This record gives sequence, structure tokens and C-alpha cells, in this order.
Amino acid sequence: MKHKIFKRLLILLLLILAVIICFPVLFLIVGSLMGNDELNHYLGAVLGRSDGFASWALLPTWPTFKAYVQLLLDSPEFFVMFWNSIKMTGAILIGQVLTGVPAAWGFAKLNIPHKKLLFNLYIILMLMPFQVTMLSNYLTLDRMNLMNTSWAIILPAAFSTFPVFIMYHFFRNIPDVIIESAKLDGANKIQVFFYIGIPLGSSGIVSSLVLSFLDAWNLIEQPLTFLKDKTLWPLSLYLPNISMENAGLAFVASVITLIPSLLVFLAGQNYLEQGIAASAVKE
Amino acid sequence: MLMKFDHKKNHLTDIAFVVPSLLGVSLFVLIPFIDVIRRSFMNVAGTAFVFLNNYLAIFRNAAFMMAFTNTLKFMVICIPILLAFSLLIATFLNAGIRGANYLKTAYLVPMAIPVASVVLIWRLLFHENGFFSGFVNMLGLQPQDWMDTSYAFWILVFSYVWKNLGYNIVLWMAGLTAIPDTLYEAARADGANNFQCFWYITMPNLMSTLYTITVLAFLNSFKVFREAYLVAGDYPHESMYLLQHLFNNWFRELSLDKMSAAAVIVALLILLLILGLQRSWDQTD
Repeated sequence: MKHKIFKRLLILLLLILAVIICFPVLFLIVGSLMGNDELNHYLGAVLGRSDGFASWALLPTWPTFKAYVQLLLDSPEFFVMFWNSIKMTGAILIGQVLTGVPAAWGFAKLNIPHKKLLFNLYIILMLMPFQVTMLSNYLTLDRMNLMNTSWAIILPAAFSTFPVFIMYHFFRNIPDVIIESAKLDGANKIQVFFYIGIPLGSSGIVSSLVLSFLDAWNLIEQPLTFLKDKTLWPLSLYLPNISMENAGLAFVASVITLIPSLLVFLAGQNYLEQGIAASAVKE
Repeated sequence: MLMKFDHKKNHLTDIAFVVPSLLGVSLFVLIPFIDVIRRSFMNVAGTAFVFLNNYLAIFRNAAFMMAFTNTLKFMVICIPILLAFSLLIATFLNAGIRGANYLKTAYLVPMAIPVASVVLIWRLLFHENGFFSGFVNMLGLQPQDWMDTSYAFWILVFSYVWKNLGYNIVLWMAGLTAIPDTLYEAARADGANNFQCFWYITMPNLMSTLYTITVLAFLNSFKVFREAYLVAGDYPHESMYLLQHLFNNWFRELSLDKMSAAAVIVALLILLLILGLQRSWDQTD
């Protein structure tokens, strides 16, 4: 009996924690549906329009899409940045698939000289923060005249070694027997890669894409350092530039930035978990 | 002869798989990093060899020392908190609680919330007249602009734990499910209680997971700069002035000499950490 009460209490605590953790999503959605008057009423203190402290309601009293209409119709710079984000994220993911998938397959299943050394090098590079590689990236980009172009963001990210690391673990789990029997049937290495490696390792590819998407959609340091021209900036840098005066717009922009990311998360949640878990497995 | 030729040709196809990736990595990171190492021993114009002067200069630089200490302090504090807290929750979720899967999803949600979206909430929460001040006021304490006090550091710690909790729970759970049930059954038969099971079976078996989690937590700790920067800009409160801010500011001033020396130092420290952890990990087997 005592055990059961303890268990109930534990579930309750975990549930409360979950609600607190997810609260920001609800908060942003509710705020984006409030009218200006309502936002002023609750947040007036922060906006310097009234005394006291900010307050909040669980649901908007008069829900309205006015702020959405305003942002989507009257803010052309928002569209430009949204499109920039899509373009960059897309190009980064394509680059990672084109170079990363074969590399991961090579490290997992093929005979490559100094394989161990090279792969360890990849792991070390994957663990280096942006600040360490920032100057290296800059030196190359500057020499190639790519500074202040979208390529300055896309190319270094497309060659990130993290996706190779994730996909490697999935390819590794494909039994060698299958590959051997395909070879006996006369398949060459390219055929083995396309007809066995890719289909059987597809969950690994998707896992790494989900993880990469969440990261690429969030790029802050790279565009900040490598892009001077604000018309090239991604969505992640739009919000910090909205002043609190336009609280309504800020809420809507937050929600719209959030939507693609949340959709990918929900659709790819199983893959995401597999991808995270793959790196926990001991080699 | 033919065999040998055939073997070599096979070898070349194998290598071709990794070449594009290797080329890109070499071009954007490896080769220029060698150049960064060279620059760290040169003056800012790259015309004269100055030996260790840049290194001595950054260690005498007050901003570097402050940023370095703050970054180190941040990691030493937030990584253990995150690891312990996520392990605790992972053990609960793994104990067969109803709805564990939904809870796990909920804990992962922060991964999907873009930093830019969070920034708005931060501003409203920690403003002088914001939600947190209102709460503190109710308790009869003094409200303030929290981002501009030494509490800013703790806000950063909180934000890091919030963001990475789910990720780490999934990692721990992967490690937990890999422990064979028979171990626990045998221990129970010998009369071990919950705590003993955890201490003598779970903990030792999680050592290899611990290595990966520590390294990844460490890597992700560098990313709090995103929140810190978007909320507080180039020069935030002293308590959260991190190495990342310093690199950014040096980059803007084109202090490439100091930057290269600092990049080499940070890279070296991370390398030592990885090798050190790897070593202690290998010994536990």
C-alpha cells in the first residue's frame, strides 16, 4: 500500500515537471493569440506602460489572429529571413547526406587505410565547439571569397562530422552475412551500398537528419560571425531584433519559428531517440 | 599479379566513399587549423615569429582570464547537476511507470524550441517588472533586473539543464536498458534492496554510458552562448561573460593573434579531457 502511494506521488511529480518543461510552448501560443490591448494589460509593466509586475492568463480572453496577419502580410523582411532559413537548412541537410552517408558507410563496413585513426579524428572534431573551428572556417571562407554569402554557413555545416558519427552506428549494426551473401550473388560495392546499406541504415540517416535539422534551424553563432548583410540572416536572428514594443509581433514570430522545428520533432521523435541513443552505445 | 591488381582496385573504391567528406573536413577545418597553430606563434600581421608571446599575452589578459574562469565554473557546476538529475529521472522512467513514453517526449520538447523563441520568454521572466520579480515581490523580497546581477549565471545554468534534460534522459535510458535483467533477478534472490541494486549493479554498468554523456554534455554546454548572447548581447553581466563572448569580440576586432592562441589552448584542453575520460573509461572494463 505504501509502495503504491509512493508510486502515485512520483508520477505526479514527474507530470508536474513535464508541464513546467513544456510550458514555454503553451505560453508562446497563448501570447500569439492575444490582441494588443490584452498583451498591454498583462505585460504593461515590462513594456514600461504601467506599474506593478507582469501577469498572465492561461487562455486569451479575446483570441485574435491579428498579429499573425500583420506579421505575414506587412513584414516582408520576415519572409526573407524565413526563406533564408529554409534554404540554408535544406542545403546543409543535402550536403550532409551526399558526403556523410557514403563516409559513414565507408567507416562502418569498408576497408579503408588508417580507418581507426581517421574516425577518431572525426569524433574529436565533432566535439570541438564552434569557437575553436571558427577561425579555421574563416580563413578558408575568406580565401575562397565566400564571406558574407550563404555558402559561408552552408559549406562548413555540410561537412560536419556529427552526422557521420550517428549514421556510422546504424550501418555498423547491419550483419556482415547479408553483405557477404549479396557479394556472392554478384553485387559490386556500389550495389551493396545502394541496395543493402541505404535501405537497412535508413533509420540512421533519418535520425541524423532530425538532429541536424534541429541544429541548423537554430544556427546563431555562424550567421552572426560570417554574414554582415542582414538580408542574408536566418530566422533565428530575426527575433532578437524585434523590440519589446511590438510584443504581439514577437510572440507570433516566436511561434512561427517554433512550428517547423516542432513538426520535425513530433514526426521524427522515434528516430530522434534512436539517434541520441546510438551515441550511447559502446564501441 | 592479377589478384594484387584486383585487390588494389577494390581498395580504391572503398576509399572513394570517404573522400568527399574527408576533403571537405580537411579544407574547412583540418588544414586551416594547422594554419591557426602557426599563426598562434606569429604577430597579428603574420610577419614575425613571436614564439610564446601570444600565449603569455592571453594569460595576462584580464578578459580572457575572466571568461575562462566563468566558462570553467559554468561547466563544473551545470554538468554534474544535469547528469545527476537526468539519471534520477531516467531510473524512474525505466522502472515501468505508466505513460513513461509520453513523459519522455515532454522532456525532449525543449530540444525543438528554437533559442530565438525562448529569448522572448527570458526577457519577460527576468525583467525588473517581469514574472519572476512579481513572484519574488510576493515573498516580500526586492525585485530587480535579474539578467544584470550575478544571478544571470544561475539563469544560464537553469536554461542549460532545461534544454538538455530530455536528451540526457534518453542517453541514460539507452544505457539502463542495456543492463541484463538477470543481474537484478540474481541480486534480488540474494536479498538486495532497491538502493543496493542501484549502487552495485546499475552504477558500475553505466560507466561506459557516463563517458559518452559527459563528453556530449560538455559539448552542448558551449551552446548556452546562444541564449546568453541573444538575451544580453556582446557584453553581458560579468558573471556570464563566457569564452564564446570573448572569441566573438576578438573576431570583430580582428585580433587574430590572440584568437589563434586561445583556439589552440581550448582545443588542447578539450583533447586532454576526451583522452582523460576515455582512459578512465577503458580502465573500468
